[in-house]
Order: sequence, then structure tokens, then C-alpha cells
Amino acid sequence: MPIIELQGVSQEFGGLRALDGIDLKVEPNAIFGIIGPNGAGKTTLFNVITGIYAPTEGRLFFHGTDIASLSPYKVARLGIGRTFQNIRLFNRLSVLDNVKVAANWKRASGLLASLLGLPAYVREQRECSAKAEELINMMGLYEKRMEYAQSLSYGEQRRLEIARALAANPSLLLLDEPAAGMNSAEKLELMELIWKIRDDMQLTILLVEHDMHLVMNICETIAVLDYGRKIAEGDPAQIKSDPRVIQSYLGVER
Amino acid sequence: MTLLEQWITEIIDPYYLRILILMGINIIMVLGLNITTGVTGQLSMGHAGFMSLGAYTSAILTLELGIPFWLTLLAGAAVAAVFGFIIGLPALRLEGDYLAMVTIGFAEIVRVFFLNFEPGGKAVGLSGIPQQTTFSLVLLLTIVVIFFTQRLLSSRIGKAMYSIRENEIAAEACGINTTHLKVLSFVLGAFLGGLGGALYAHYMYYINPQDFDFMRSIEMLNMVVLGGLGSIPGAIVGAAILTVLPEMLRIVAEYRLLFYGALLVILMIFRPNGLLGDIRLYDLLKGKRKEEVKACQS
Repeated sequence: MPIIELQGVSQEFGGLRALDGIDLKVEPNAIFGIIGPNGAGKTTLFNVITGIYAPTEGRLFFHGTDIASLSPYKVARLGIGRTFQNIRLFNRLSVLDNVKVAANWKRASGLLASLLGLPAYVREQRECSAKAEELINMMGLYEKRMEYAQSLSYGEQRRLEIARALAANPSLLLLDEPAAGMNSAEKLELMELIWKIRDDMQLTILLVEHDMHLVMNICETIAVLDYGRKIAEGDPAQIKSDPRVIQSYLGVER
Repeated sequence: MTLLEQWITEIIDPYYLRILILMGINIIMVLGLNITTGVTGQLSMGHAGFMSLGAYTSAILTLELGIPFWLTLLAGAAVAAVFGFIIGLPALRLEGDYLAMVTIGFAEIVRVFFLNFEPGGKAVGLSGIPQQTTFSLVLLLTIVVIFFTQRLLSSRIGKAMYSIRENEIAAEACGINTTHLKVLSFVLGAFLGGLGGALYAHYMYYINPQDFDFMRSIEMLNMVVLGGLGSIPGAIVGAAILTVLPEMLRIVAEYRLLFYGALLVILMIFRPNGLLGDIRLYDLLKGKRKEEVKACQS
């Protein structure tokens, strides 16, 4: 069964059709790339999957359940984590708290237990901190765990967003332009990291990215969007040689 | 407790004692507003409405039914909390300026309601409320409230509230039920506003609707902003300073409000994040550690 499946998903804003009948299937444990020119609807697609928009038409299945009408926090709780194209961190919380916030929603204890500091709550929080520290360490941010998120460098902020997205143990991770603004050394590190996350945590990664070198190297399957339509899907070699993709996005080498 | 009270009233001048009690009441209410506005980022400009509900509820219960004082305190806070819940609901759809308008409107409705409310004495207000709020009680409640808000803000619920202020979309994407927490922040804020109002009513002998007008809401918002949004020490310091400041400015008589305004402007220019808004204990300790390291090296 595909981990996520879109059937004829369309999204309209007023008269603008940002997504137009998208069909997409992503198999478990894949690294799946979505590319296309600016304004093709890539981020809109992510926003539809994560529940920020309810699609105008079409159906959206995650592990076989229809999630098209769920609110974002419920989608997140089902196991979809994401990062944002324009980084959205909790700037005036520490690095550790950024990750803990995301790791914490599934804890059972309520307001009273937190106020009174009951033993069950304390134990939960210790587990939660341990989990968050492990992720932060994996992203190479352990030294900075007590710094405010806003004081991190750009690349560090991107890594922190990934750590936060992983905190709730998602089975599907959406990365929206993770390499934007990174230099080539950082991009190489990022590729290693994405492989490591996929293999260690057994999750599926859906990736929007403009850096063709990274996309072609890392993705097993790629879908190409243009004006809200899917114009091609296949492995990197097929995509590179597809005449429609070359015409609308990749361009001709001279 | 009574011993402490006797001792306090003996050694502290009644004028200063009065300022200290009002300061404690303000701290309690401002810690409440800080949860709604400072931590969760939901701009509330109608905190006096909650204070008013707490004050009138407790005063009427005392005067009409003779219910024990501590029960009227709880009742005042609970009634305010119920209205906090009701006001929290529009907060789910509104942000920033629009939410501010709704909260201003709410506080005005409460004020006008009590202007026309027979058991509340209409415009004349209620008088003869027994003065049961003592210094030691206010001190005790202030400490309890500080303790529990500290627990709340460092808990997972508190951090989730901060995350809503910092980035609501990201908070949702992290699995946080922002709807639930925004309403909770209004309920908790209103509860403390109502508690403060109930204490106030039982200290002043006399309350009337004008005690809880728009300026009172603004004054409490000033305390939160001046101290630093979301900071507990900030809320305490902000409430303390803005309680004492008008008293100290009595020397300039009719220019009092002018000086008060000017001082606020100056403070905000030099500390735009509030007095303690961007200071963490961790950083202070770290700074100290760095100095120690330097001292060792030299």
C-alpha cells in the first residue's frame, strides 16, 4: 500500500487553479522528489497534504485513511512531519525547546499534572528531553541546545527544522527546499543526512527542491509539476531525458 | 497568619502597606494577562472586564449571601474564567488588532452592564464591602500564583503556548492543538484577573463600574509590555513599577500623567523588548561562567 496517495487533487484560490488534478503515489521508504518551475504548485501541494488547505477537489489518503479534511495538527499527529520553505522556527525558544514542543503532544499528562509536577509528568518530560537531545545531537546542534533558535546560522536553522519535524516520530517527512541558501559543502552534508534519516528511522521522504544536482542524486522517483499539473514522473534518468520536462523546466544544454 | 498581619501593620506605615497590597493584587492580575498576551500572543485589551466580573461577583456574594470570603474569591475567579472561555472562542478566528477590538468591546459591555445592574448598585456601585483582603493573604496568594505560573510556563503546555506566539502555523504542523491552548490561555488569564478583582473589591470597601474602565485594561497591558512579554519576573517588575510610579509622581502633582507617559516612552526606547523580556537566567549564569574562565586565564 502506498504511504500517501493523491487522487485527482485540485486546489483553487479564487479563479487560480494552483493544483489541477494531481495523481500521486509514494511507496514506503522512498525518497520522492517534486520539482518544477516557480509557481508550479509544489508548496501548495505540501500545504494540502499537511492540512493547511483542504483540497477543492480530489482525495488524499495517508496509510489508507482519507485525511483531506483534517486540520493541520491532526495530520501532524497521524505521522506527517514537515519543514518550511521560509524557515518557521520558534525564534525565542531554545533549540531544545523547539524540538521538545514537537515531541510533546502525545504525552498523556494534562494541566494539573504539569502544575503539580506529578511523578508521571516528570518521568515523561525526562523521556521527552532525552529524545529531543538525541535528535539535536544527530543534527550536530548539541553544543547550541540552550541558544535561542533565532541566534543560529541559516544552515543550523534548517537542520533544527528537520530535528523538530522528526521529533514526533513521523512516518512521512516533507522537506520544502531544504538546501535553499546552502553552500555546496553544506548540501553534501544535507544529502548524507537525508539518507541517514531515511535508513535509521525507516521513514518516507517527500522533497521539494530546486537544486538539480541534489534532487537527481538523492531521489529514487521524481514528479515534475508545471502550472499545477503533473507533467512527468519517473526515475532521475527518465526525467532528465523527458522532452516536456526539458522544455518547461530543465532547459536545453548547449 | 494573624500574627504576621499584626506584626506587619505595626512596622509598616499604612500608606506603604496600601501600595504593597495593591501591588500584590496587580501582580496577580498581570501574571494572568501575561499568560494570554505575553506567552500565547493573543492581544487582550479587556483584562479589566475580567477584573470587574471577579470584583462584582465576590462583592455581591459577600454582601447579599454572606458566603465565606475565600469562597467568594474562588467564585469571582471562576465566573471570570467562564467569560474568559467565551471570549477565547472568537480568538480562534481573529488575530492581532481584530482580537484587540473584540476584547475592548467585551470589557465595555461588562462595564455598561454593571452601570445598569440593579444588585450591583448601578452607577453608584457597591459600598460597605468588608475589608477582608489583608497583606498576608495577598502576599501568600501572590507567591502561590507566581509558583504555579512558573510551573505552567516551564511545562510542556507552557512551551506549546509560547510556540503559538512564535509561529502558529509551525505550532500546528508540530501537532499542537492551537485552538485548545488559545482558549485555555484566555481561561487562565481571566481566572487570575477575576481573582485579583475579588481581592480588590474586598480591599477597597467600595467599587463602581468606572474602577474597571478601558484605562485599567491599558494599565495592565502596560505592565506586561514594560516588564517584557512572556516573562514572569518581567510581569512582576512591570506591575511593581507601574503601581509605585504614580505614587512617586505625586510630587509633580498635575503633571503626573505627563511624566508617567514620558517615562513609558523612554523605557520602551531603551528596552524595546521590555525590562526583562530578553533576559534568561541561563544567559546570566553563562555570562558569569565566561567571566570566571577569563579570570582564570589572566
